[in-house]
Amino acid sequence: MSGNGHRPARLGICVFPGINTDHDTWHAVATFAGAEPVWLWHKDTDLRGVDAVIIPGGFSYGDYLRCGAIARFSPIMASIADFAAGGGLVMGICNGFQILTEAHLLPGALIRNIGLKFVCRYVDLRVENAGTPFTQAAEPGDVLRIVVKHNEGNYRVDPRTLSRMRANGQVVLRYCAPDGTEAGARTGATIGGSSPNGALDDIAGVCNEEFNVFGMMPHPENSVEAGLAGGVDGRVFFRSIIDRVRDSAVAR
Amino acid sequence: MDVRVYITPKKGILDPQGVAIERSLPALGFDGVTDVRVGKFIELQVAVPNDTPAGDTRGEVDEMCRKLLANPIIEDYTFTIDDA
Repeated sequence: MSGNGHRPARLGICVFPGINTDHDTWHAVATFAGAEPVWLWHKDTDLRGVDAVIIPGGFSYGDYLRCGAIARFSPIMASIADFAAGGGLVMGICNGFQILTEAHLLPGALIRNIGLKFVCRYVDLRVENAGTPFTQAAEPGDVLRIVVKHNEGNYRVDPRTLSRMRANGQVVLRYCAPDGTEAGARTGATIGGSSPNGALDDIAGVCNEEFNVFGMMPHPENSVEAGLAGGVDGRVFFRSIIDRVRDSAVAR
Repeated sequence: MDVRVYITPKKGILDPQGVAIERSLPALGFDGVTDVRVGKFIELQVAVPNDTPAGDTRGEVDEMCRKLLANPIIEDYTFTIDDA
């Protein structure tokens, strides 16, 4: 039990073959007193009573065909889709984001980085919507510094969907300069600036229309401990989910 | 059946590989090349009973493309089916 008397939030961490940040994500969740990480296995269909699901990053099925295209058909994904349809919180990080777009649980797709290179570096992210279950512990306009490490992080979506997403506040995170400027300034046609991958509208993270499914390319699980390289800017996402789970438990 | 699937980036979707190739060709003296798009070519052998209507096979291959082989959000596809 956590110190505040509530039972800990059970956060499921879904493992596919080729995923490689599953243990980082487990560790990140375990740094929160009010949370308990729970393994979910791709061949299972049982979500083990978790309160939220996190699909971590890596290279599921070797990124064969398209990133996330094969993982999307794993047995656990049908259960995760049902869970999401019932309002359950689902977060995808990096390859997890790619899997969620392939599964059509999130709009758009992630294609090759515009520079054709694997990018591994810190990025600055501006929180565009701090009202989601995944960012509610942040303030709008907060600038977070965490890492990206990907080859296919170039977010693409058709113009009509993009304008609807913007109007709805589904563009949750944008790459930006360290002072928070520049976000959304580029069209994705140039290399450099704050976007590491040429993503349309500098998009780094999006929600579905119902705001219970969220995907982001950067890796918050690598920025959860003060005193270590990486900083603590990733904590806000886990904090948000844990708070939301606790609040909805209280509401019930 | 001998199935050949051709997958290309959807029109209007940026193709970083195509852009890189398009920029490289003039350096080799090949001028006037535009609209380079890099896609995928997938060969499949599909077993179908002799009395299967051609339309059914086409429908099945189309479903394979929509569900797995291509991502219709970013890719277009075409395919051919020949008696192997």
